[in-house]
Amino acid sequence: MEILVALIIASFTSGGVYLILKARTFPVALGMMLLSYAVNLFLFSMGRLQINRPAILKEGITDYSDPLPQALVLTAIVISFGMTAFLIVLSLRARYELGNDHVEGLEEDSQNKESAIEEKKNES
Amino acid sequence: MNHSIMFPLLLPLLGSMSILLFKGFSLKIQKVLSVFFSVSLILANIFTLCMIVDKGDLIYQMGNWNAPFGITFVLDRLSSTMLLLTSLLASGALWYALKSDSDKRGEHFHVLFHLQLFGINGAFLTGDLFNLFVFFEVLLLASYAMLLHGHGKKRTKFGIHYMVINLVGSSIFLFAVGALYGVLGTLNIADLALKISQLPSDNTAVIATAGLLLLIVFGLKAAMFPLYFWLPGAYSSATAPVAALFAIMTKIGIYAIIRIHGTLFGELAGELSYYYLPWVLGLGVITLILSTIGVMGSQTLKEQVAYLVLISVSVLLIAIGINTPASMTGAIYYLIHSTLITGGLFLLADVIASLRAEYKDRFERTPPYQMMIRAGSLFFAYAIATSSMPPFSGFLGKMMILMAALSSQWMFLIFAVILITGLGVIISLTKTGTLLFYHTKNEEEQIESSLDKSIFYPILYLFALTLLLVFFANPITAFIDQVSATIFDNQEYILKVLSKDSL
Repeated sequence: MEILVALIIASFTSGGVYLILKARTFPVALGMMLLSYAVNLFLFSMGRLQINRPAILKEGITDYSDPLPQALVLTAIVISFGMTAFLIVLSLRARYELGNDHVEGLEEDSQNKESAIEEKKNES
Repeated sequence: MNHSIMFPLLLPLLGSMSILLFKGFSLKIQKVLSVFFSVSLILANIFTLCMIVDKGDLIYQMGNWNAPFGITFVLDRLSSTMLLLTSLLASGALWYALKSDSDKRGEHFHVLFHLQLFGINGAFLTGDLFNLFVFFEVLLLASYAMLLHGHGKKRTKFGIHYMVINLVGSSIFLFAVGALYGVLGTLNIADLALKISQLPSDNTAVIATAGLLLLIVFGLKAAMFPLYFWLPGAYSSATAPVAALFAIMTKIGIYAIIRIHGTLFGELAGELSYYYLPWVLGLGVITLILSTIGVMGSQTLKEQVAYLVLISVSVLLIAIGINTPASMTGAIYYLIHSTLITGGLFLLADVIASLRAEYKDRFERTPPYQMMIRAGSLFFAYAIATSSMPPFSGFLGKMMILMAALSSQWMFLIFAVILITGLGVIISLTKTGTLLFYHTKNEEEQIESSLDKSIFYPILYLFALTLLLVFFANPITAFIDQVSATIFDNQEYILKVLSKDSL
């Protein structure tokens, strides 16, 4: 199981890094999501991988799994969720204001977009 | 338990929430509340500073759970100094925002402003690594929105850069936190330091990696080479009061390196003792060289000021890299000075940009404009202070750092780089001042502007605060000496936080 979890974390991280290096905002947002999944799994596995052990006190049970990483992961999930939402809204705003979804906000694309909008207007 | 440690956290939080309640009402109520909470934050910080000088450091265990199980807040001399500095800078930035009406350019300026302060204060106060992450996220989320305040294409573009790089930084932070927890089983800073000092040697590689990952995160906040490329764009495109407040943001990275790395990998850490210092010193030197080139090659005044922020950061990194109590004293003194000065410079750059109307802050010849003498004299004073010339506080700070460098084995490198880059800064600021104030097209008609001369008051106020650093240099350095002594006394920090009777 250790190898499986490690491989999943590794593939999420590498996929995330690859997507973040892309030039368009949508792949970047996806990459951020993948990276945060990798981080969450990593944090979770830091409490050691254990099966069938509760994290909450219960009578008649002596073996527990570490509850703290689970709490940390919960916090990290909430934060990364909020951040991703903000990033997507910001990307949409940039798409609207800069006229394209390039992370550098390239100018030539915006002219294409303006002409595209004009064409649409003419059609309607 | 003494609850007054919570003032610096509760006041901004309460402030932002109560301003949000008056969202539908006129801006005037929001302004009054904002000023009220900002001023009371300063008073609260002075009060707590006096208290800890009087009675010793405050350790606050959340919900009465003893460290390392609960969340700890630590108010010692270092964090208290940083808190006071933040609130003073914030009051100047807020004053300018009210004077220049920049709070009207977008919604929720005051709410975000206080949320940002909440995050910054939390980062200074916390004694828990994961809690530090949470407060980083709070201040970052507020800063993303603050950076976009006022709208505009340029802001959106650099906002995305700033946000993505900081999100990556947060992920790296979590990887480091996970690695530390996986090996040591705790996240309380004092407990981490204790566990690292008892670490069996086969685990040191993981901890060393985690420590360097943390250095990447804090280096990103502090804008250390090669992680500074987001800063000039983001800072120069932000609205002036926001940029002024952001002057403290890079210093949070510096503070985190001093606090986290200095405590975790201090002299108690055995094999890992101060293993990160060559990185800090080397990267500080490289950052200093590159940012000086940036200052000399800037096309606009705001960009130049953004690079001046970088210069102050790299001088601080070098001072941390020297790592003696004397250099730490110099570093903290220089930190206070540079935060106030660069904050004020952002405000001044904005005033000059609006006086020059359509020429903005671009480096090109303009017709004469109104209030040139006032703006020019202030620029002159600020330029002397930033280039660390006497008689202002920058000179004292840099001198303390250079004196401390005499004992370092890298003395020649440090002296050469700091002095030569200092000359570069003087030359380029002279060029800037000449172009902005002397080299005007006098034959053309004067540019009129509707600005009132009271717009200069916040800038004067920030400058006057650095003058206090000069006038009271002796008592202030005596105090900072105590601060840097506590930074190096890790044993006492660990004992204080972990002792049961700290409640």
